[in-house]
Amino acid sequence: MSAAAHTDHGHHHKESFITKYIFSQDHKMIGKQFLVTAIFMAVVAVILSVLFRIQLAWPGESNSVLSFFLGDTWAPEGILDRGMYLGLVTIHGTIMVFFVLTGGLSGTFSNLLIPLQCGARDMASGLLNMISYWMFFLSSILMLYSLFLETGPANAGWTIYPPLSVYEEAIPGSGSGMTVWLLSMTIFVASSLLGSLNYIVTIINLRTKGMKMTRLPLTIWAFFVTAVLGVLSFPVLVSAVVLMLMDRTLGTSFYVNDTIIAGEVLEQSGGSPILFEHLFWFLGHPEVYIVLLPALGLTSEIVATNARKPIFGYRAMIGSILAIGFLSFIVWGHHMFISGMNPFLGGVFVFTTLLIAIPSAIKVFNYITTLWKGNIKYTPAMLFSIGLVSSFITGGVTGIILADSALDIVVHDTYFVVAHFHVVMGLSAIFGMFAGVYHWFPKMYGKMMNAKLGMVHFWLTLVSAYGVFFPMHFVGIGGAPRRYYDYSVYEGFDSNQYEMIMDLNVVISIFAIIGALAQLIFLFNFFYSTFKGQKAPQNPWKGNSLEWTTPVEHIHGNWPGEIPEVHRWPYDYSKPGAAEDYIPQTVPLGPDEEEH
Amino acid sequence: MGMKFVVLVVIVLAVIAIAQIMRVYELSSKIRGNKEEDIDLRVNNINASLMLIFLIILFGSFFWMLAIYGNGTLPEPASVLGEKIHWLFNINWIIVIAIFLLCNGLLFIFAWKYSYHPDRKAHWFPHDNKLEMIWTVVPAAVLAVIIILGLMTWNEVTGKPSDDAIVVELYAKQFDWTARYSGDDNKLGYADYKLVGTAEDKNTGTTYNNPFGLITDNSVHWRILGLNNEITEIEKNLRMESNDSVAYSQAKLNKMNAKVEKLERIRERVLDMFGMFNDSIDAFAKDDFVTKELFMVKDQEYFFVLRSQDVLHSAYFPHFRAQMNCVPGQRTSLKITPKYTTAEFREKIGNPEFNYILMCNKICGVSHSNMKMAVIVGTQDEFEAWKVGPLSTPAINDSIIAPIDDIDKERMPWPEPAHHGDHDDSDHEADDHAIEGDDHTEGH
Repeated sequence: MSAAAHTDHGHHHKESFITKYIFSQDHKMIGKQFLVTAIFMAVVAVILSVLFRIQLAWPGESNSVLSFFLGDTWAPEGILDRGMYLGLVTIHGTIMVFFVLTGGLSGTFSNLLIPLQCGARDMASGLLNMISYWMFFLSSILMLYSLFLETGPANAGWTIYPPLSVYEEAIPGSGSGMTVWLLSMTIFVASSLLGSLNYIVTIINLRTKGMKMTRLPLTIWAFFVTAVLGVLSFPVLVSAVVLMLMDRTLGTSFYVNDTIIAGEVLEQSGGSPILFEHLFWFLGHPEVYIVLLPALGLTSEIVATNARKPIFGYRAMIGSILAIGFLSFIVWGHHMFISGMNPFLGGVFVFTTLLIAIPSAIKVFNYITTLWKGNIKYTPAMLFSIGLVSSFITGGVTGIILADSALDIVVHDTYFVVAHFHVVMGLSAIFGMFAGVYHWFPKMYGKMMNAKLGMVHFWLTLVSAYGVFFPMHFVGIGGAPRRYYDYSVYEGFDSNQYEMIMDLNVVISIFAIIGALAQLIFLFNFFYSTFKGQKAPQNPWKGNSLEWTTPVEHIHGNWPGEIPEVHRWPYDYSKPGAAEDYIPQTVPLGPDEEEH
Repeated sequence: MGMKFVVLVVIVLAVIAIAQIMRVYELSSKIRGNKEEDIDLRVNNINASLMLIFLIILFGSFFWMLAIYGNGTLPEPASVLGEKIHWLFNINWIIVIAIFLLCNGLLFIFAWKYSYHPDRKAHWFPHDNKLEMIWTVVPAAVLAVIIILGLMTWNEVTGKPSDDAIVVELYAKQFDWTARYSGDDNKLGYADYKLVGTAEDKNTGTTYNNPFGLITDNSVHWRILGLNNEITEIEKNLRMESNDSVAYSQAKLNKMNAKVEKLERIRERVLDMFGMFNDSIDAFAKDDFVTKELFMVKDQEYFFVLRSQDVLHSAYFPHFRAQMNCVPGQRTSLKITPKYTTAEFREKIGNPEFNYILMCNKICGVSHSNMKMAVIVGTQDEFEAWKVGPLSTPAINDSIIAPIDDIDKERMPWPEPAHHGDHDDSDHEADDHAIEGDDHTEGH
């Protein structure tokens, strides 16, 4: 290990504003850059969702909020344009999945915690890490820019299924909007790959003395598997995107076959839209776990620390992370049961998909057992972690229905699916992200966030989240397709359905607006505490892992002297025979002490 | 603009005001020696109680919604397979609700019960192999049951239809549906997307329309005529340009030339079709008829063949619990056996205005949410009357004969009218695009 060679990093370099805050190669600063960028993107995506929720609850009614944000171009006289409605849905999905929950979550916490919890001076390559952030920044800018295009942003849904996404004549957003989307995503994937490679190399090579893989905090295990998933699956998305670019510009036909667009018979022949679906979901499904695993990792750490109790079944937790990671590569077909794929293949995917429920169940029961007979301190981070476990349960169980191909026929592409993935992936990941921010804010900024505001933020968020997504399941079972501008289609056919959908949509939208407003509390708390917050002590939550042994003031190289040596796992909370209810990893084992 | 400015100023002032209040709070808590990292016992207990209250509200509202919407989300299924799916859904739903209640219940009850107390120490319990074995094996066993039941239903839903199933094509395009009934022979005529289009015979003024690209000798002739008309039109413009009577930009010229070349290539491919088919190529299509609404006879099995001409669509029949994507350049299929006539179902759900519906459930463009077709279920007699009614038209119109002689034979060699090869050595394209009523496995 190169610890000795790095000791001279301990003292402060003279750094200019630019190298310290902008083109920084320090992992802590890069983590914060990812976080702030992701918060900005999240604000945009939440506003987009409020706009289309207004349309869904009060369809076709003039609304000054719509005209305030969208102007006369996209909301003439306050009525939302049909194309823009789809654009809002598409860009909301894209930003949330990729820019907030992938870039934001992994980017922030992998960067912050991997060197600190492994005991490394910095990432394996600070330069690549910096480039990774700036590519993320560039792709974010491009994605936002696409909202301002004259023909509107990409609006064929975030899954960009061809042929709709290939032909501008099929939908206006598939012109320059889709071009910018594809460009932005390609840069995003490059950013993600640079980041992931860095995380993998750092975890494998730069652990401090005594930090065996079996002594790593579960956060690091989660980040590690996440990075491996990213490296293996994101390149497939790039190849899918390149083939699509060729279909769009060079007249190839990888995804298009025998189409007539806007009355014109096209020559492209021999491709298959289903090929794109395979390639897309080969990334798309691991992507779900790329979003989810870091959140589960953060939660494992926070639950153990605040329950003052070791995480239950540490090895089983690692095993289930690995099992989920592996299985996530062989389940993509469950998005395609009714795509025209061979039904036998569908049956195989039913089997593999339902297998994932086993490691997920293990994780849930292990969390619950960790709480059992614990001594729980309700910091905002702990509250959000419990929120995560709850949404992971609630969203996970509906997955059992969707994984069953025969039942998927009924609810495929309805709001049931929307509710399912928002709860299990969206809520869980965002709760994990909030938990992480509240927990490691002292490490990031050296300040404390206001705990009471955090609690209010949590309860409002939890209630409004369930308020939004609980009724949404019923809307879905009631036969409301997603990506519908309104449900007037039911009006003349089944007025009972129409009334039910409309009633619930109003409830959902009201909770969505409350939930969105509740986030202002967080934003205020975050920025206020960054500048004016109470000064943080070195180890505010009395945690065991290595990051709490570093000084509060950030220094290049993390530890002023030698990197500490590790003697035990990070979950020695309330160990019998110990005076305190926590024993940091740096404390050597006692003479008769067993490791765990 | 002024409005936006005012809103902005109000927001900024509000943030400043809140920040000042926070400042006062921070200062006062500093004086009292409060630290953010120490959650005092009272606040901790409040949060713990809220956990229990939240659980009660969560479960309460869940059961309330279940009571109101649980059985009323969609009316009971109106098809034979739909009933089987519905039964399976209910079984899974019960399992799902049980897991949901158990896990969330334990989570929030533990969260409430084991909240912090300074006198207590957490129980040291890092792992227990027996417990972990239990919650690996029990979920695995439950899942095994779910998988077996699910695959049994899936196989039934996607399996071959019975021999007396009636074949109907559902043709999707932005943004409507058309149904093509296979007629008395229960076989759909062959179709090819290249033949979709209209053509006008300039001499007689007759026009011919082939919206589904059905293949007949006649339709190929008409298509050639239509393509020739298009080519002639562009070439006329190009000649005017070279006579200096109009001026086009170079880009426009290139585009026009490219278009002529493209149309000529398509014409080549259409001409090839003559060699592919034998005399009886249009036999299946002759009795096909098309409609803009779908009529099904009660208790009769239907085998739908789905086609799309532009982008992905999805045929979604919520009341029959049936759905399948329509993929351009490929055929997919689904089966429905309706159980109740529209009149019966109206009575069942107590809504005299009810009608079955076919919707599109795969984003297909700006008017996606408007793409629908009315579905009627009735008796055989009602069907016979409806079939000859004003809504249905023959799929091909044999009375119009294509004006073969008008085609410029010099420029484009007209093939021998009857190159009747065996169907076996015909080009693969014919097989790809042909579906016979009894060849049900195709599209799977």
